[in-house]
Amino acid sequence: MDTSLFIIQLLNGIQLGLLLFLVASGLTLVFGILDFVNLAHGALYMVGAFICASLTYATGSFILAVIIALPLTAAVGFVIERLVARPLYARNHLDQVLATFGLILVLDTAAHLIWGPQGMAVPLPEFLQGQISLSGGLVLPTFRLVIIFTGLAAAGGLFWLVNYTRLGMLIRAGASNRTMVSALGINIQLLFSLVFALGAALAGLAGMLIAPITEASIGMGNSIIITAFVVIIVGGIGSMKGAFLAALMIGLIDTLGRSYLDEIFSLVMSPVAAENSAPAISAMLIYIIMAAVLAFRPQGLFPPKVR
Amino acid sequence: MKTLLATAITASLLAIPAYAESVKIGFVTTLTTGAAAIGEDMKNSVELAVEHLGGKAGDMDIEVIFEDDAFAPESGKQVTDKLVKQDDVDFVAGYIWSHVLLASRKSVLDADKFLISTNAGPSQIAGKLCDKNFFSTSWQNDQTPMAMGEVLNKMGVKSLYVMAPNYAAGKDMTAGVERTFEGEIVGKDLTKWGADAQLDFSAELAKAKASDADGLFVFYPGAAGGAFIKQYDQAGLKDTLPLYSVFTVDAISLPKLQEAGLESVLGSQFTQEWDPTLDNEANKKFVEGYKEAYGHYPSYYGAQSYDAIMLIASAVEKAGGVDDKDALRAALEEADFDSVRGDFKFGTNHLPVQDFYLREAVKDEDGVWTTKVVDTVYEDHVDSFASECSMD
Repeated sequence: MDTSLFIIQLLNGIQLGLLLFLVASGLTLVFGILDFVNLAHGALYMVGAFICASLTYATGSFILAVIIALPLTAAVGFVIERLVARPLYARNHLDQVLATFGLILVLDTAAHLIWGPQGMAVPLPEFLQGQISLSGGLVLPTFRLVIIFTGLAAAGGLFWLVNYTRLGMLIRAGASNRTMVSALGINIQLLFSLVFALGAALAGLAGMLIAPITEASIGMGNSIIITAFVVIIVGGIGSMKGAFLAALMIGLIDTLGRSYLDEIFSLVMSPVAAENSAPAISAMLIYIIMAAVLAFRPQGLFPPKVR
Repeated sequence: MKTLLATAITASLLAIPAYAESVKIGFVTTLTTGAAAIGEDMKNSVELAVEHLGGKAGDMDIEVIFEDDAFAPESGKQVTDKLVKQDDVDFVAGYIWSHVLLASRKSVLDADKFLISTNAGPSQIAGKLCDKNFFSTSWQNDQTPMAMGEVLNKMGVKSLYVMAPNYAAGKDMTAGVERTFEGEIVGKDLTKWGADAQLDFSAELAKAKASDADGLFVFYPGAAGGAFIKQYDQAGLKDTLPLYSVFTVDAISLPKLQEAGLESVLGSQFTQEWDPTLDNEANKKFVEGYKEAYGHYPSYYGAQSYDAIMLIASAVEKAGGVDDKDALRAALEEADFDSVRGDFKFGTNHLPVQDFYLREAVKDEDGVWTTKVVDTVYEDHVDSFASECSMD
């Protein structure tokens, strides 16, 4: 096997995994702490990408656009929590699924009206556009490395926030027993709003990072949200560590499956059969993993300690 | 009493055709999801065609009902059923996606209505599944990549890495280039497609690069095309792995590539049956009218849709209405309308017999990125499945 290709595919897998983590972390926070199923989380990923795209054209700088778009996406999340999510906390999960599915349609249509149907390309600054040569003849697009570093930084920041700050302590406390937290005089409503806004900003960041690679387009969140749910189910719902490890795992499995499955299959079947079945199986791979986890370890691989 | 009621009902049923002074066209395309840009282009072109016809096909008013297939075969079939059963349209036209058309065709043909594809051209429907009431104003999927294969032979390309989405048309496109390309196919990737299509091609591009092929052949229509070109550019493959594409660099992706400043796409070449620069009166009227109304170049998706409306209108006028199906079918077969492609004629399987051109991405005199014709690859090309078609 070609080792340098394998290392590049590992990096590609990690990059996909980190993007998934940014979306899944918000989803798992909101689900774990607020006990709220937010299907529209992917729509926030789209909103982040579109806001960033518009700001890139307005300011002429992608980096500046990301910096401004982050609080704006958080603000959108904050407003959605107030208007849509809050009245639904007391309802059952099915009601929440229906309402947030409706919210997806509303946000997709709103994006259609504001930004048009054609999607928006996001130009990168010159120094992010090229490639970087790593040792051993490895060449990787610069922006892919930027995604990896940004993803790791966001994951590190989140880890610090949840484990070493007062807000993080409250978030963890809210996850284990929210009645007790509010009985202790903590403004649990504000805490919920902040968690929701934080989740929105993280999903938005993922959208902003993917937009220069693909584009900001309507419904872009609907594909990643399904994978993000796979991640939190595999990782254990409500667990940040689980979301991180499962996201990397899913990212790697998906990428390596796409890279090597046809070669592996051709060892045991004819090349034509391998060529035809590999794409179908690699598209299914992560769902097969999820089904296996649900069958043998329904609480997920790394469930939160206190539930 | 019962008889009286039955008579009244029968009378009222008989009376309906007398009032029906409009020809109803159901038009199925993608108006949501990331592929909505294509649907928008087709819808714009249909509306422009109706406007250019003064809203009339012969003496009848043209009524178009647009439906959204949401980029999925099941929703495509659903809206097709609605058009056929509830709206009782005379024609169902449109269809960007081969898998959507294959899922929907039976609903239309079983109801003895006319089905006109304005883009999708799956091999099945050109061959074994051909039907007397099916017509196409586009092409059979294999033809455009076959023309590209010929171009690659002429360029002296010896080995090729192939990438396409994993659905009916993706398979046809790769089969098409493999049919004419004389070199070696060193690798092939079929990627996930649909409303949740894979748009990040990092793993595939890394494989393609490692394959040391002479060139990379891709088919990525719609938004995926822009995304692919960007990642190809970011991966810096332009010098080592030249890109050859079909349905990827077009009026849908070029404006966005221009926005993103990806100069490297200029000069790239691809094959197509139509181009905005084709020199004929109908095309000039279409392209100028489109640019004036919508502010940008139309795509081949639009051109084919425009032609479909013109075809329908010419047949309805010739047949003197929509009631005599046989007369209408005969009139459709004659295709007596001014096509944006110049001459237009159908083959035995009701797919066009037409020229295919080599096009190149260029800047026009206003600096807008568009395409122009550089060569004619095929003249009066008949698709490879026409011989498998028997209409009876």
